[in-house]
Amino acid sequence: MSTLKYALFTGCTAKQSTPELLSSTLAVAEKLGIEITILEEASCCGASHLQDFDEFLAHVLNARNICYAEKLGMTMITICNTCQLNSAMTKHALDTDPDLKARVNEKLAEVGLEYKGTSEIKHFLYALIDDYGLENIKDKVQVPLSQFNIAPFYGCHNIRPSELHHNANGGENPYNPTSLDRLIDALEGHPVDYSHKNKCCGFHVELQANHTSEVLAGNAMVDAIDNNADLMVTPCPLCHLKMDTYQDDVGKVIGRDIELPVLHMPQMVALALGCTPKEIGLNFHVQKATHLYPETA
Amino acid sequence: MSTQTEEFEPFNTDEIEVTRPDTVTVTLKTFRFNAETDYLPYYKQYTMEVGKDELMLDLLNRIKWEHDGSFSYRRSCRHGICGACGIKVNGKATLACKQNALELVALFGNELLIEPQSKKRAVKDMIIDKKDFWDKHAEVKPYVVADIDPHPEHETKQTIEEFNRFLDSDLCIQCGNCHYACPVVEVNEDYLGPAAFNAAYRFTVDTRDEAGKERLELTAQIGPGVWDCVKCFECAEACPKDINPIEKITKLHNMQFEQGVAKPNVATKHAEGFLRGMKKYGYLDEADIVAYSEGYLGMYKHLKTAIKMMKAGKIHWHSGIPFIDSVPKIKNLDEVQKLIEISQTHTL
Repeated sequence: MSTLKYALFTGCTAKQSTPELLSSTLAVAEKLGIEITILEEASCCGASHLQDFDEFLAHVLNARNICYAEKLGMTMITICNTCQLNSAMTKHALDTDPDLKARVNEKLAEVGLEYKGTSEIKHFLYALIDDYGLENIKDKVQVPLSQFNIAPFYGCHNIRPSELHHNANGGENPYNPTSLDRLIDALEGHPVDYSHKNKCCGFHVELQANHTSEVLAGNAMVDAIDNNADLMVTPCPLCHLKMDTYQDDVGKVIGRDIELPVLHMPQMVALALGCTPKEIGLNFHVQKATHLYPETA
Repeated sequence: MSTQTEEFEPFNTDEIEVTRPDTVTVTLKTFRFNAETDYLPYYKQYTMEVGKDELMLDLLNRIKWEHDGSFSYRRSCRHGICGACGIKVNGKATLACKQNALELVALFGNELLIEPQSKKRAVKDMIIDKKDFWDKHAEVKPYVVADIDPHPEHETKQTIEEFNRFLDSDLCIQCGNCHYACPVVEVNEDYLGPAAFNAAYRFTVDTRDEAGKERLELTAQIGPGVWDCVKCFECAEACPKDINPIEKITKLHNMQFEQGVAKPNVATKHAEGFLRGMKKYGYLDEADIVAYSEGYLGMYKHLKTAIKMMKAGKIHWHSGIPFIDSVPKIKNLDEVQKLIEISQTHTL
């Protein structure tokens, strides 16, 4: 297999509150021999909130990010579902609407850039599964996760709207997604089957509709726990923040004691590939996985 | 006649293929409940051979006609027009008369879970009480509000472009699939929901209509309005008419700013506030966006979380003093600043 090369769009959270997401992503890439160039020029994607305020401006800024991946001639990978959604939405809008593309490029020309539409955009999860291959990952497993029941939490913005993501996520069906389950399986963990795996965590209304947010996160976590999950794993740092950082508050609203470590997808892979919990920043979680890995205490 | 009878060879039953090649054995695990007599709902299984052309509505008919005459569901046009036969199959919202059954078997396997759109609103089997849907739909005035001249001298003309603005949103058949797929509708009973928002959009962008501002003000309210949308895209996935209600929700958000309806509050400041960090660093400033949106006095709500995050090292010291200058800067920040300056079209 020739070396896979990607341009990495880190997003804001990996540079701020979830540094462990970035370090574990780079650790996985190193273990698997994937070459990563970080797009240090890339700005915030707008997280679907800037889009509510000023959709055109959000398109301009996302197109600028994609320009830098195009300059490198690489596929842009994301490590956040919401970055994936907003970048892919801009790409789709510009690739299908020549008038919008021209208006955006008129602005980009002012800073010496041009959006062409030559780079694909995909989440690191699907780069691992569809490009690197599950069989190849399986061969590299050093520490099988066989003692863990792991609840996959897919996060909305990788699977919906399905038409937008179809080419980037291996045709994953939003009503019956399988990629994370297959990945857990390849790492010899036990995927937990539960009905909230493809539901919303409520992160995006954390501030303005706190109760809604807590209930949605709680429903998913309780469902995972009731189906014997030891861990939850998600490809989205926003789902992670909601379920990890606010776990106590969620428990209070739902009326249940919730104690469920929530791992980032690359952390789970890195653990199976032989990285230590410290190397991949398990200590940066609010809900520690101490009963699984005492050294992160 | 007699020769024909002699030539006729009776079937040899051994030669008849028992399994027909085009059919699949499917078990329908079906939600049953009669609000008048049952204390709790229960599930009944019906197993049948399903052909490749059969629709989910055909299977509902077969449950009723071949298994249990008391099985109840709504159906009328069987052409995807009346919107009566919305159900959920393995959690997927679908219009029974448009949905091929074996497509769902390919997706979910040979056991299909047949449920009403909303179990908690079930009246009898697949039939639900859609009162909340209709009330919320009515609330956005889903009709053209205008002073009509009873004796017009010419038609109220629209250009193709004006018409196209609401063409797809006008295709809504009020089936309720998006409304009952929306997780917010289940948690927040004031929330108007994606179908009502689509209707609000459809009539607000209609050039003949005069109640646009009123609809925008209604949908701008925190609680019932668009700001409570969790952005899960369940509505886009559930719509049998490919309307994409969340796209209309984003348009309503934008129109609130465009038409000066948006008032500064936690939600609008949260959306606009992304630019504060982006102008300074290129990235969102995670701490600042909370402080700016909630107002500095509202920060007390987040103090406990901030302390937890600080303890875990999520708010870190390595690049500066937390909350003051801890956000890293992107390369070529001046480009982002310039693009914001020349591309921003809305203000709060």
